[in-house]
Amino acid sequence: MTISAADERGRGGAAARHPGAAIRLAGVTKDFGSVHAVRGIDLTIQPGEVVAFLGPNGAGKTTTIDMMLGLSRPTSGEVSVLGLEPREAIARGLVSAVMQTGGLLKDITVRETVAYTASLFADTRGVDEVLADAGIAGIADRKVAKCSGGEQQRLRFAMALLSDPALLLLDEPTTGMDVEGRRTFWSAIRADAARGRTVLFATHYLEEADQYADRIVLVSQGRIVADGTGAEIKALASGRTVRATLPGADADALSRIPGVDAVELRGDAVIVHTKDSDGLARHLLTSTSARDLEITAKGIEEAFLSLTSNETSNEGARA
Amino acid sequence: MSTIDVNARRAPALGGFNLTMLAIEFRRVLRNRRAVIFTLIMPVLLYLVIGTNSTYANDREGSGNVSAYILISMAAYGAVLASTSGGAMVAVERALGWSRQLRLTPLAPVAYITVKSLVALLLGLGSVVAVNIAGAISGKPDMPLHVWIAAAVIAWAGSIVFGAFGLFMGYLLPSENVMQVLGPVLAGLAAIGGLWFPIKDGTVLGHISSVTPIYGLANLARWPLYGGAPHLAWVVNLVFWLVVFVAGAAWRMSKDTARV
Repeated sequence: MTISAADERGRGGAAARHPGAAIRLAGVTKDFGSVHAVRGIDLTIQPGEVVAFLGPNGAGKTTTIDMMLGLSRPTSGEVSVLGLEPREAIARGLVSAVMQTGGLLKDITVRETVAYTASLFADTRGVDEVLADAGIAGIADRKVAKCSGGEQQRLRFAMALLSDPALLLLDEPTTGMDVEGRRTFWSAIRADAARGRTVLFATHYLEEADQYADRIVLVSQGRIVADGTGAEIKALASGRTVRATLPGADADALSRIPGVDAVELRGDAVIVHTKDSDGLARHLLTSTSARDLEITAKGIEEAFLSLTSNETSNEGARA
Repeated sequence: MSTIDVNARRAPALGGFNLTMLAIEFRRVLRNRRAVIFTLIMPVLLYLVIGTNSTYANDREGSGNVSAYILISMAAYGAVLASTSGGAMVAVERALGWSRQLRLTPLAPVAYITVKSLVALLLGLGSVVAVNIAGAISGKPDMPLHVWIAAAVIAWAGSIVFGAFGLFMGYLLPSENVMQVLGPVLAGLAAIGGLWFPIKDGTVLGHISSVTPIYGLANLARWPLYGGAPHLAWVVNLVFWLVVFVAGAAWRMSKDTARV
């Protein structure tokens, strides 16, 4: 999983300089009353990229995707999709999205669902062709209510691919799929991307983002806190946690020690995230009165949590 | 699909409105056995039970008889019930996430409302026709043919108010069984609106009745039986509630981006 065009990726203010982008967000914010769901996102995604939108629940992923789909308007900032207003891009069949659950009528057949959806677009692929491609031609005359979860998910994809979209947005696409289902799903998505389709998927599984995306955009509390390849994101997450009992610890002094990402004081306990746990332990045991020292490896999931869970640790992620 | 030419892609004509979709929507309605029984058979049964009782059915009423009066009332009730349930289908669609799915297609909201209105009107037409056929077969109603036709057309067309009502309630009530709530509500509104039994104008009940949503439709549908000029209050009532329900539906629809 490598990406050669790393330097062309829009980051931050560079977003505005990419007119041919598949997605371009510039200074996008979204408030719901007093809640700031998205607090300023700049993002440019190039055609053919497979990008994971990674973050915990409530990070603003879904709100941002809704704005890309024109389902809601940003409070401030601009969203364009393939150089068009999102609703215009959808009207031309250039953007599709697959929902996590629901989105299907139960009282019509699989074929009727695809025919209904196809009838709404100016140009679509043939209904039978799409049914065959999705592997659901055999159940075309079955009521949607009688289809299994996996069959319904295939149907959702058939519907999404009807208009041959240039951009596919997936919100937690593999929720509820088994391991084999995930693998098949992602190999199909990667094959499409290789032919030029841009794919953005939201997920809260770091594992999935790392395995299947060219690029991971890490969001937390409505902001992008990191943007890079899986390897880059994992490097940010490397390091260990050192915990010790040290009454009256000097957090500032500790944070100046080389390798230290974050320092947290909890009563008499001090918890330090660092890339150099040996150096820190040596310092604590030789230069301070620290006792009960514990060193734990920061698992990737834990690292992800530390990157996305609070504002102070975001500093480390931008490094 | 190696390259996708953005400018080669078009948006659909008519906001996505098309006959394939309309045909599937009609089929959905007809497949819903409970709705069909509810909206076609119930008003017919009510008419046969109430409207053919020989102790009063042949008494004169306007240019016809009491059976004709009850026939018109039940046709109006059937149209109201059918249109409401047609509109209220949106509640099920929202609960299933289908409304949101449609927002991810080129389908324009106005095209969607048009389709839903046509579905409501189709259901309403079925109900009006069913009650009138039952009446014709029973042989009890007596009224001039033009009264018969005019009353049926007014009952049907006026029921569009309740297509909007169903749509509004469908957005307001997040229930898959919205008609189980609306059924009793409509029965109550029909009673207070003067559809079950005549309510005298000028009484306290009459005043209450005249501001409820079925009052205008009930009186307008029966108007051909009596002739003369329709009361302004009936027309005002019908238009007022149409505006209220359409505005309510449009307001809820514009707020509706809920995901499942």
